Amino acid sequence: MYKYDTYDQKMVDTRVEEFRDQVERRIAGKLTEDQFKPLRLMNGLYLQLHAYMLRVAIPYGTLNGTQMRTLAHIARKYDRDYAHFTTRQNIQYNWIKLEETPDLLAELASVEMHAIQTSGNCIRNISSDQYAGAAADEVTDPRPYAELLRQWSSFHPEFSFLPRKFKFAVIASDEDRAAMRLHDIGIQIVKDGWDKVGARFYAGGGMGRTPMIAPLIREFVPIGELVSYAEAILRVYNRYGRRDNKYKARIKILVHEMGAEKFIEEVEAEFVHLQGQNIDAPAAELERIIAHFEDPAYEVGLTEDIDRSDPDFAVWLDQNVSAHKQPGYAIATISLKPIGGIPGDASSAQMDLMADLTEQYSFDECRVTHSQNIVLPYVRKADLYALWQKLDEAGLASPNLDLISDIIACPGLDYCSLANARSIPLAQKIAKRFADIDRQKELGELKLKISGCINACGHHHAGHIGILGVDRKGTENYQLLLGGSGAEDVSLAKITGPGFTEDGIVDAIETVTDIYVASREDGERFVDTYRRLGMDPFKEALYG
Amino acid sequence: MKILTGNELKSGDVVWWTGYNWSRHVSDSIEVGDNVDQIIAREIAARTVNDCYIIDAERTDTGLLPVHIKEKIRATGPTVRSDLKIAPPDPAAGNWVI
Repeated sequence: MYKYDTYDQKMVDTRVEEFRDQVERRIAGKLTEDQFKPLRLMNGLYLQLHAYMLRVAIPYGTLNGTQMRTLAHIARKYDRDYAHFTTRQNIQYNWIKLEETPDLLAELASVEMHAIQTSGNCIRNISSDQYAGAAADEVTDPRPYAELLRQWSSFHPEFSFLPRKFKFAVIASDEDRAAMRLHDIGIQIVKDGWDKVGARFYAGGGMGRTPMIAPLIREFVPIGELVSYAEAILRVYNRYGRRDNKYKARIKILVHEMGAEKFIEEVEAEFVHLQGQNIDAPAAELERIIAHFEDPAYEVGLTEDIDRSDPDFAVWLDQNVSAHKQPGYAIATISLKPIGGIPGDASSAQMDLMADLTEQYSFDECRVTHSQNIVLPYVRKADLYALWQKLDEAGLASPNLDLISDIIACPGLDYCSLANARSIPLAQKIAKRFADIDRQKELGELKLKISGCINACGHHHAGHIGILGVDRKGTENYQLLLGGSGAEDVSLAKITGPGFTEDGIVDAIETVTDIYVASREDGERFVDTYRRLGMDPFKEALYG
Repeated sequence: MKILTGNELKSGDVVWWTGYNWSRHVSDSIEVGDNVDQIIAREIAARTVNDCYIIDAERTDTGLLPVHIKEKIRATGPTVRSDLKIAPPDPAAGNWVI
């Protein structure tokens, strides 16, 4: 994985000291809250419902054991012994003290981490495929290109005050595990007919109050011009994006209102203008970055056999372990979705254990997924049973990847000052209702996603089943949505009709899954049956 | 009925105006009415809180409580982690929301 050079480290260290000075000036009264707020937000420090919340960037979701252990240490020393992995592959601490934040950031910097650009109208943490570098279906590892974009976008003076926040996702396989087309810019690394690497660009996607699927902007950009094409899109957005209304300021609104064709014309004109200005990284720099992501030292001649005699292990193996490009290896997903637990939360002890397992079993590398789980990307098949035993002992071996209890849920009204309704208790109730693993497996792949408000941090638009919490005259109410997907079959979910109470929505989910089970054809997932039948039978069962 | 709340500057903790200082327990709140501009200006200037505002409240057996669910959760802590709950004198405080 990428290691900071002296420039990276200096930038982060300098920012820590700059923020330390700003905090001291705020506490001393030399800065008002109005003056200080944008400064703390640029360093990922929000004021949430109960306290300050710090969002720490995890570039493309990749961590080593030392970094994971430091995240555990920070949870123990500066927070309340736990933290929350987010749908942006980041981590959040919910109970941070302003006066301790500079010391916390210094500890993060010591392991090449920071909270820069995790808030504000700038280019945010770049997300990617959690199986990058290990997936059998990718054309190349997408992370060097995500890293190049990270370096380009960090402290980019022209793009520090965009009309609104801006999110990239970079993948390199046809299977989309990163909700790529629901980003401001989605990039798929591809190869052309001559085996040359390039980037397919999508722009203008997103969730929130106006969900949009990003249209294709350019089929192939030579990889050497990745940065200048991204810059061309950002320049067009920065010039024409609306600043008069924050709800219409995202690039998706610009692309929609301008029309994709006209938007492309503008981008291409800007791209021509930028060519020859030498803003792309020299080939040697890209090679330097790529070298950081070379394959680990795989052993060869390893056994492919796995002893399945422990039935509980076999269930986990079938559900949470994925194919690897390297013979003898597998990709293992650690579920942070125990039945009745809080999706994405991990205790310090669990993070310490995951750090140990990362070092012991996965070439010192793990990944945070946008589904709020943790991936060990390089596990020898021969080690899977020992790994599972240690996970099971720590409550981290729920065999529910992509099943109905593998719920994405935002923090909701339990933590978030923007939320209208709670998400977590609902996720807990649904998981308990469908706790039986045989029943979950019988339902098959079913992506259930819950947001506590229209901002859609819980990706409800992209759920096979989505739930949106709303405030109905001071009472929590939940709208049900069906038919969304953040994968390569991307689609936006549609609202079924009037909302439900907290208990009513759990019953409603059982109702729609019953319709699916009764109506499905061979091999159909929930979303396939919904697409074939349409909304009517589900609506009829829900509302009569 | 109105009470005044804010977040302590250094810790970020949720605090409630008691009439002469700030408490972490909502049950210590006093009714402030609508005219609190002077208190807000003075407390922000003193840097005890980074922001403060008035909210609707109602009188109960144990004192004043927020009316809206968001402020109730703010007053008591996350409903999903009983170990993180703020423990005001009311033994039934945990039932305010769920």
